[in-house]
Parts: sequence; structure tokens; C-alpha cells
Amino acid sequence: MKITRDNLCSSIVKEIAEISGENVAGCYQCGKCTAACPVNTVMDILPHQVLRFLQLGLVEALLNCNTIWICASCFTCAGRCPRGVDLPGIMEALRLILLRKRGFSRIKAGVIPRVADKGMPEQALVSAFRKYTR
Amino acid sequence: MKRIGVFVCWCGTNIANTVNIEAVTEAAGKMPGVVYAGNYKYMCSEIGQSKIKSAIIREKLDRFVVASCSPRMHESTFRKTAAAAGLNPYLVEIANIREHCSWVHKNKGEATAKAIALIRAAVAKAARDKELWATQIPVEHRALVIGGGIGGIQAALDIADAGFEVDLVERTPSIGGHMAQLDKTFPTLDCSACILTPKMGEAASHPKITLYTYSEVEKVDGYVGNFEATIRKKARSVDLEKCTGCGICWEKCPSRVKSEFDEALSMRKAIYIPFPQAVPNVPVIDRASCRWFTREKCGICRKTCPAGAVNFDQEDEVLQKKYGAIVVATGFDVLDLDDFGEYSYGKHPDVLTSLEFERILNSSGPTGGRLLRPSNQSPPKNVVFIQCVGSRDKSRGKPYCSKICCMYSAKHVILFKEKYPEAQAYVFYIDIRTAGKDFEEFHRRAVEEYGALYLKGSAGKVFPDGDKLLVKGVDSLSGHALEIEADMVVLATAIKAKSDAPQLARLLGISTDTHAFFMEAHPKLRPVEAHTAGIFLAGACQGPKDIPETVSQASGAAAKAIVLLSKENLLSDPCVSEVNESLCTGCLACIKVCPYSAITEKTIEEKIHGKALQRRVAEVNVALCQGCGSCTVSCRPGAVNLKGFTNEQIMAEVDAICL
Amino acid sequence: MRFSYYPGCTLKTTAALLENSALKAARALGIELIEQEKWQCCGAVFPLAALEIAPFLSSVRSLAAAKDTGEKLVTICAACYHVLKRANHVMKTDRDVCTKANNYLQLPEQYRGGTEVIHYLELLRDEVGFPTLARKVKKPLTGRKIAAFYGCLLLRPPAVMQFDNAENPSIMEDFLHALGAAAVDYPYRTECCGVYLSVQNEEIVAEMVAKIINSALSHGAEAIVDACPLCHYNLLELQKKTPQGKSTLPVYYFTELLEEALDLKDKVEEKMAF
Repeated sequence: MKITRDNLCSSIVKEIAEISGENVAGCYQCGKCTAACPVNTVMDILPHQVLRFLQLGLVEALLNCNTIWICASCFTCAGRCPRGVDLPGIMEALRLILLRKRGFSRIKAGVIPRVADKGMPEQALVSAFRKYTR
Repeated sequence: MKRIGVFVCWCGTNIANTVNIEAVTEAAGKMPGVVYAGNYKYMCSEIGQSKIKSAIIREKLDRFVVASCSPRMHESTFRKTAAAAGLNPYLVEIANIREHCSWVHKNKGEATAKAIALIRAAVAKAARDKELWATQIPVEHRALVIGGGIGGIQAALDIADAGFEVDLVERTPSIGGHMAQLDKTFPTLDCSACILTPKMGEAASHPKITLYTYSEVEKVDGYVGNFEATIRKKARSVDLEKCTGCGICWEKCPSRVKSEFDEALSMRKAIYIPFPQAVPNVPVIDRASCRWFTREKCGICRKTCPAGAVNFDQEDEVLQKKYGAIVVATGFDVLDLDDFGEYSYGKHPDVLTSLEFERILNSSGPTGGRLLRPSNQSPPKNVVFIQCVGSRDKSRGKPYCSKICCMYSAKHVILFKEKYPEAQAYVFYIDIRTAGKDFEEFHRRAVEEYGALYLKGSAGKVFPDGDKLLVKGVDSLSGHALEIEADMVVLATAIKAKSDAPQLARLLGISTDTHAFFMEAHPKLRPVEAHTAGIFLAGACQGPKDIPETVSQASGAAAKAIVLLSKENLLSDPCVSEVNESLCTGCLACIKVCPYSAITEKTIEEKIHGKALQRRVAEVNVALCQGCGSCTVSCRPGAVNLKGFTNEQIMAEVDAICL
Repeated sequence: MRFSYYPGCTLKTTAALLENSALKAARALGIELIEQEKWQCCGAVFPLAALEIAPFLSSVRSLAAAKDTGEKLVTICAACYHVLKRANHVMKTDRDVCTKANNYLQLPEQYRGGTEVIHYLELLRDEVGFPTLARKVKKPLTGRKIAAFYGCLLLRPPAVMQFDNAENPSIMEDFLHALGAAAVDYPYRTECCGVYLSVQNEEIVAEMVAKIINSALSHGAEAIVDACPLCHYNLLELQKKTPQGKSTLPVYYFTELLEEALDLKDKVEEKMAF
């Protein structure tokens, strides 16, 4: 893999920094976020690797991973990060790029009636729509 | 009959966990001559010592054995205890049942048996202890500092400020050392020369300091308080008194050679000062490259010198001086990279060591402070810094961490980015080690403010590719193999001991570790002292160090030297050799083995069968004798004995263990 | 004691039990909770994108309305509490966003984060006081071993929420003690329940819930209490689908226990999940 300054400072890298308001250079890869994450076992790219990929400018891999959809914004990582990096905000930025720029939608409309019938609280439905669609 | 006491120490759990203290105490109580045996958790504590003192009085003890840690640790403590209770301090023996027993054994039964045997030996020796008295030796109130870098300068200034004379010997033409080569210093980024040159000036003008630059220590004899050193002042070929430092000579000199100070990145003349702020500001003639000395032609420097200071006939001068204390501050070298071909160092001019990069950054350096690629004098856009080049490498380099590279690489990143904000810095690292005040914060600035991309992993190879350098490496955090097209590669090359450190160690009678760094007397508690009394260590000659650490250690070494120099007299160790003249055959084998030249021959007269006969015997100079005991083992008739460790005592110890 | 009250959507529908019990207990404790007029959905999740303003304008409206009455704004739902408190924090600390939000809303008076958002538990702790609450308990829950489950929304991110010690909170345990119950300490009490992942990834949430339930059970809990409708749903519904499949632990809203201890429970009314 060739690393160049252009990749490191690409417009999409800058966009992610702008949406999340975070400087990924702050992360020193201790892995606390991954260690603390309650859903790390079902992620294909681990939370600390998400930050590392961004430091290396490897955005496309992140836009194609399931991690950003599994992250539930529980803030366990952010609460324990020794560098004060807001990883949930970065996950959100990655989701928003897909949802808003690329017309992506994660939610399957068919599931809604089924879960609503089970007494799923509105809070869950609204959250899911907010996180998974435009 | 002797009245011996035995005091067994638990050392908390250090001894008590492995040695059955009660069994040992009981066994000791039954040993010949022992009238009292007791134990306590910490014998060295105030309470432990008072238990010994009261037992001495109560049991009328006339000597005692402490079974505890190594005598290196607490022999002096218990000698003082003895003295406080009115006993001669040399009537104390230590049985080392910690380092020699509990720490090296696991089986409690075996350790207990060994502890008993060690105590039996100590009791047998104690029974043969005699009262010994220390004598007084005068102290020479002058210090020798070897090495004129920041460590040596600091030590010299501190000692001189305390009012003692100091001779500062520096091998190169100027004091200043490596610090003079540096551009800025971490983590404050203040200019190295700006903080160093005032110290150099201070050392040069201090009334108590004599500088011997372009000089080397050739020989050191004597002992603590009374060293005698031979110093060779190499012929400078320029009169220090007459020269005004005007610079006409080195301007006119036609011979050009690579500058050592600029790490061979620029040329100097055969008559030169190493750098503009050199102290003294007096050139030397490098006779190996001077046309006058090699071809007996030229002489232009002598012709043009307005002060008539150039003197081709000057000869080396050899001085002999006495010193009470010596501070060694000889610094470090940078590892030779011949074994690290993969970095293409030496193959491509844009692959540099960090020290070379430092010179390129420096405004008094070969580029006048403009950071340009040596190959084509263009500004670099992508610079790859590679850390741990030869450090932490037990195969081809040094197994230790060179300690300063993480920080100076962060500094280099910052200085590079300050000059070229649009450029990119890459740093390959194995670990980042920033244990120092404000160090981690400084490193994080390089990452976060200056945007250096730190890559955890190694660079595999640097491929020169036209006017670029293709660096193949890895980011082990993401698991990606990488290729970076660089304009410059900077190698954070390992620090190593001076190549001639072992010779200097031999000359001084001090020891070196496996990497030829000088050994401190104790890694924690005596870090500025060498094993040999009166010799102190400062700076990177003892191990990799940064400037603040070097300066601290130098001041520490100076304080130790000042303590020594402040004394009128020193108490000599009475455990020295003595010759029983009636047994001495005069073979003088002892003279050959004595490392301290403490034994001489003398002629005595004695009456045999009414006739006065003269014969040759050995004699020990107790001031020079260090009590090593070499003479006693070389003496065939057994005429030489080491006080406190007599042949009779040693044999009694052996018997006590074996019989 | 009078407070502005923001109920939120879920409390008016699937989590009516939470609201009813809370309001009943509040009346019994002499607390007046005045439901805000024309409140709008908080949005359920706090918008994390730095430049977004629109998603929390509804929260700002509620916050500003509470300021107008000069009252603290009480929430019962953990999600509403989370969103309102974070929105308020942004209004207080981010001048740029604050200006934009004010420009957009065109409120009669500029709003700059002056309202204090408090959760019902904080109301009990700081306004009523747990010692007072303990004195008002009529039917103490003596001998009941109950595990408190905090989840994420009340506690994190700690710097903004400042609800309790995020890694070692005690407010729910102190609450349980006030009711006379024994609080069970267990390590999973601040873990995430899986939140809205249960909409599409039930199996992931079931596993997370199993860890929480098993931890509480193994520490001797006989029931678990929570303060969030979504935690409540996940803990209650998905423990049936845990890989082990057999762990069962009654799940209550903390207000249900409050209602019980204050002896306000309708005797005929049976405990129902929703």
C-alpha cells in the first residue's frame, strides 16, 4: 500500500474531521475503546482500528464495514478514552457520509410493523430511523 | 575463651521465607565460642541495632556475627553498632544468608542447612578477628575532570564554585561536546548553543578551572585523595597565549578535510577551530592533513598570522599532577551503520543519521541552517524518520534502548515541519518512550499539531529510486505493509560507549558493563560513583542519557567529589596486607601481582648465629594497598597476610564449612 | 415543589407504566410536575455530528420554555434526559451553535442554556432527599434483593451528563436502600443493553442482555430495576431469547418499586410489562 500526503489529507478525511469535530491524530492506539466496547465481538473492524484506518487515510474500508452500523453510541469508549477522542462522533460521521452523500439506507422498512407489534418502544424506532436512514 | 554473639536477621520475608530462622538461631547458639544467639525481623533497624548493643553489654560479648544480607549492604552499619557499644568495629563478621542463600535457594531445608554452615564459618572467622585501627591519609584538594562536554563542564563548574581547583581535560580542540553540535534541545526547543556557550565561557574564565583542550589523560596512579595523573597536551602548533583567534590562518589554509564537527557534511581546513563558538578560540593544526607537516611545503598560516602564534616546532607537553578526586565524563559515540545495509546509509546522500540531520538543521551547520536535501539542495517534502536503528537490536546492534531517540525524533519532526508546514513527516517506531518532564506532551505535539504520521513498526528497506528514496515498511497497528516515497530518510542511530572506553577504564581502574559503559558502584543507591573510591561518573559514558540527566548526574558527581575534597584527611581501610619478615624469602612474587604498586622491596639486617646478615624482604605501603589480597595468594611461604582476612581466618572458615 | 415536566413520546405510549407510577409517586411526595405545553419529540438520540443544529431544535424549545417558567426541567425517560441535557450543554458551551439555534428558532428571548435538566432520580435524591423518602416509605421492600441497571444514557458521556460517577454510580442503589430493599452490586450494571440494535439485530442484543441478566443472577438478584424504556424492553423481552434461554429475572421500572413502597399500588392492578 502506498502512503502519500494526498491520501492522508484527502477531502473525505477532512470531511470526517469536520462532521465529527474530532482530530484522529489524538488517538495513540492504546485500544481502550475496543477493550471497553460491549459489541466488539461482532465488529469486522475493531473500534481502535477505525481510528487507525482514518489516521492512514483508509476511508473506503471503513465505509464498507459493519462496525459503524453495530456501534450503538453507548459512549463507553468515549467515557474511558485517555485521549478524549469522541469515537461515537466519528462513527456517526462515517454513517452520515453513507446516508447523506451516498443515499444509503440501513433500515429495512419491512421490519417495522413486526417489531412495533411486539411492543418495541417508540424510543427504539425513532433511534433506529435516526441512525440508519437519511 | 571468646564470647561471640550471633544475630540472625529475617530481612522481613526475604530470609525468613526460605530459611528456618529458629533452627538457625538454635544451631548458632551451640557453635564453639558462641555465648548468645538471637534473631529479629530487621536487624539493621534502630530496634535491631539496639538489641545487638544491649546483648553486647548484657552477655559481655567481645565480638559478634550478624547473619543477614551482603556485607556490601550493611557491614558498615553493624561496625558502627559495635563501635557504639564500645567494641572495635573490626570484631564484627557478616554471614551473608540472603544473596548467598535465601535468594538463590527454593528448598527451605537446604537453605537452612546452608545458612547454618555460613554462620559457622563466620563464627570461626570472628573467633580469630583482631582489633584493627584505621589510619589517616591526607587529601589532595584538586579535581580532575575528564571530558569537556556538558557533563564535564557542569561538574568542573560545580567543583570550582565550591572553591577547589579543577583541571578539565578535553581530547578535541574545543570543549562543548555533542551538545555543541545540536540545533535545538527538547522539550523546550531552546537553542542548544545559546544555553551551552555561556557555560563554556564560564568554564574558560573561572579562576579555579584550568582547561586542557587537545589533551589526553595517559596514566593515572594512586588512590582516593591522592591520584597522580599524566596528561599529554598534544602540540597545537599554535601558541595559546599569542593567538587572537582572528581567523586569517584558516581562511588562507589551502588544505581541506572533512569536518568532524559537521559529521563530514562540510569541509574544514588543516588549521581550524571546530566551530565558531569554540573555547578556546584558538585553532589547532591537524598535522596529518597539513601540507607543511606532510610535504614540508606551504607554511602560509605562519606567514600570515599577525600575532606570530603559529609554531610548527611546538611539541607535545606531558604534565604530572596530583588530584584528590576524578570525574569521568567522556560521553558517547554513535553506532557505526556498516551492518545495517538495508537503510542505504552511505549509498544515498539523503539518508542521514540523526546527528547529521541535526547539523543540517543548525544555523552554523553545513547548509547555514537551511534544511535541504544533500543530494540536490532542494527542500524535502516527505521525510521518513526511522527509530531504533541499532537500538534494542540484540542481533546486529545494541540490546538496550538509546533513550533519547524518541524525543529528538519528535524534535526533528517539529523543526522540519516548522520549516516546511506543507511537508509530511513519517516516523517508524517500535515503542514511544517519553519518560521525562513534559516529554510525552512534546511528543504528542509532533503528532497532533505537526501532523507527523507515526507508524508502529519497522522500515524493512530503503530503496534509492532515482532522486527519491522508496521506504518499505509496515504499520503493524493496521496490519498494512506500506511504501512511502521519501525525499530524505533520517536514522535514529543507537548511542554506544566511546570505542576507547575500555582502555580508559583500565587506566583508571574502574569497570565497564557488557556494552563498555562505565559501571556505577550501585545502580540505584550509588549511581554517580565508580567502584573505585574517588572516581565519579557523569553523563552518557555511564549509559545513554539526555542533557538534563547528564547535567544532574554531573552535579551529583561534583557534589560527591566536593565531599571528598573538603576533607583534610581520609580514614584508610585497615584491612591491608602486612609482611611477616621472618617468613619472607624475598622472592618478591608479590610485587609482580600487586595491581596498585603498593609493594616494594627493602633490605633488613638480622643477627643469625651472632652474625649480622642483610637480606631482602617485601614491604607494603599501606597507603597504596587496597586490600585485594593478590599478594597473599602469590606468597609461597605464606609470609603475606591481609589484615581482617588472614590466612588463618580463611582456613578456619573453610574448616568450619567442610569439617 | 414545582417543576417543569417533559414526558417524551415513549412515556405516553409503550412506557405509560413508567410515567403513571412516577407521576403517582410524585403527587404522594408533594411534588408538582407541570407537563410542558406543546412539547415535541426529543429525537431519541443525540445528534453527534458537530455541525448539526436542526435535530435538537425541539429540545432547545423545551429548554427555553422551562426557563420562561423559571423551573427546573424534569425528565423520567433516560433517553429524553440524555438528549435534553446534552442539547443544553451545547447551548451553554458552543457559541456558534447557540447563535445559529437562536437565529433559527426566533424565540422571544435568546436561550443560552440557562435551564437545569434533572432526572426523576435526581429529583428524589436532591430535591426530596433519600432520607426523607425513606421516612415516607409505608411498605418497605425489606429483604428484596434488587439489582439496579443504569445502562448508558444516564451516565455517558460522563463529562457532559455528570449524573453520577460514571464507572461506579450509586444513585439507584441509594434509592433502593431508601425503599428498604437490598441493592445487589454486580459488574454489568453500567454496561450497554444493546439499545435500538434490537430493531434489526436481535441476536446481538440478546447476547448483551444475557450477560447483564446472568451477572445480576449470579450476584443473587431477585429482580432488576431500570430507568429507561428501551433498556426495559431489551432486558424484559430479549432475556427470553438469550442463548441459554432459561434465565428469567423480573424487570421493573424503578418507579414501580417506588409506587409499591409508598403503598400507592392499585390492589387489583396486576404487574404488567407494558
